[in-house]
Amino acid sequence: MSDALGVVGTPSHEVKLYDCRDAYSLALEAMAAADERVCALVSDSVSSTKLKSFSQKFPERFVNVGIAEQNLVGVAAGLANGGMIPFACAASCFLTARAMEQVKVDLGYSKSNVRLCGMSSGMAYGELGPTHHSIEDLAWTRIIPNLAVVVPADPAETAAAMHYSLGHKGPMFLRISRMPVRAVHAEGFEFTLGKAHTLRQGDDVTLMANGVMVSRALDAADLLAKRGIHARVLNMSSMSPMDVDAVLDAARSTRGIVTAEEALAAGGLGGAVAEILAVNHPAPMRILGVPGVFAPTGSAEFLLQHFGLTAAGIYNAALDLLGEKG
Amino acid sequence: MTDGKLIDERASLQAKTRELQRSANEIRLSAMMMTHHSGLGHTGGDLSASDILATLYLGNVLKVNPAEPDWPQRDRFVMSKGHCSGAFYSALAFRGFFPHTMLGSFMDPLSMLNGHPDRNKLPGVEANTGPLGHGLPIAVGCALAARMRGESWRTFVLTGDGELNEGSNWEAAMTAQQYGLDNLVVIVDRNRIQQGDFTDKIIRMDPMGAKWKAFGFAVVELDGHDHEALLSCFASLPLEKGKPTCIVANTIKGKGISFAENKPAWHHGVPTSDQLVQAAAELGLEVTK
Repeated sequence: MSDALGVVGTPSHEVKLYDCRDAYSLALEAMAAADERVCALVSDSVSSTKLKSFSQKFPERFVNVGIAEQNLVGVAAGLANGGMIPFACAASCFLTARAMEQVKVDLGYSKSNVRLCGMSSGMAYGELGPTHHSIEDLAWTRIIPNLAVVVPADPAETAAAMHYSLGHKGPMFLRISRMPVRAVHAEGFEFTLGKAHTLRQGDDVTLMANGVMVSRALDAADLLAKRGIHARVLNMSSMSPMDVDAVLDAARSTRGIVTAEEALAAGGLGGAVAEILAVNHPAPMRILGVPGVFAPTGSAEFLLQHFGLTAAGIYNAALDLLGEKG
Repeated sequence: MTDGKLIDERASLQAKTRELQRSANEIRLSAMMMTHHSGLGHTGGDLSASDILATLYLGNVLKVNPAEPDWPQRDRFVMSKGHCSGAFYSALAFRGFFPHTMLGSFMDPLSMLNGHPDRNKLPGVEANTGPLGHGLPIAVGCALAARMRGESWRTFVLTGDGELNEGSNWEAAMTAQQYGLDNLVVIVDRNRIQQGDFTDKIIRMDPMGAKWKAFGFAVVELDGHDHEALLSCFASLPLEKGKPTCIVANTIKGKGISFAENKPAWHHGVPTSDQLVQAAAELGLEVTK
């Protein structure tokens, strides 16, 4: 992974951390250079969406609608009607909540070829408080028919999902994190909508995660391995459609499933997996997320620790599920 | 130009407006029959918008091609007041987008004619509308697309006046101004009645024209039932280079039907069989099967 892809820190064990927004903005520029239908929209959020460079390179295909998210989504739908492939980019908390009716009607119901890029999702804006947290967005978006929902785990997957979206018919919501994450996929990774990506094989327990939680699930698998427990790790980046076969296979061939997401525990990844299991193959589950509260203030990392959204938290949940002592 | 030529043009225009009046009345009766059939609908707004829709679709204003509904160079018309689907569907059918016999399935189970338009079901529909305040942002996006692609097609959007209570319209108006979208035409069906009551009693929208002017639009106010005025206005677009156009079409809710005109109850009134017969007589038409 090159340093151009936004290395944001190097922890003590020399693993590089990345801001996925860099991969997304580079991908968007590459697509715009190759395809003149690609355009970008923002709601005043030029810097937080990292599109300053795009706006300078493609000024005629860059639209700033002002602080107006409903308008942002409606205008994007109109651009798609006119034959463009718009990427509407804004802070996920405002893009989804403020414009939800437009997302439902102008995109999902209308099957508009619009890509929503929900930036700084989850609790990335930790210190700013619940108004700026976007932990409801997965529950809200994944139930809208026709709307594909993708939560990339790292820069390679972010870039791959962006490029994949170009050929996708219909609307797509991409939840792009700004929290530093390490690479979990090799460069050149190919994204496929509706497929879970198996990052580690194992038959004792399955750890499912998306976004920033994927690398933590891998770390939890390492901890479990030290106890002789073989955990399967699935990157469930494709929230909708979901890989039903992978979920059922995990339920059948391992002793249970732990899900982890930087979102409310209700209605998101855990909810989606539970819906599949309940009617097909009930299996023990632990669902890790924010437990039905508005999160307190604090840095994103503090909040993840606070809610046990860590390798240790996933590890303990897996032990609990397996009936073993921590 | 000779006097003779002027007289010929005048006669031809008069013939065209007579034709449009008849078309508008056919749209009116068709919409009322549809509402009678389904027991649901929005008669008052159907009737106020009929002359505008007739002029756009049957007065050779919109460049559309029913044989190729997705023709990329077509003018876009966004029916933002999607609840007036009775009049809208009738205009589309009379323009040839689908057989007018389909109008008889309005709101039937599994019908393509939903209470509110669905572009994935019905040719000629550009946007799924119904919730108010969605059409103008979409139309702004269409107009931006034409500009980005360097194409000359235009975008028209018809809104209600009560609909303009929704803030999203004004968000979109600001964007239209900022980008100088002179390929965008907003038509306000200013019938002064919304679902609950007269607009003045709920949210006063006057001065309507001045609002749009303040938002950077070139504005004209006209009688929304005057086909000649509508045709002449549509022939002179854009009103001002570099500015989006707003046509405030002053209309009468329930226009053309004595018992419905200017009555809030007819916002979604459903005509009885007797009222249908009376309406047809007032429109100079007959109720058909």
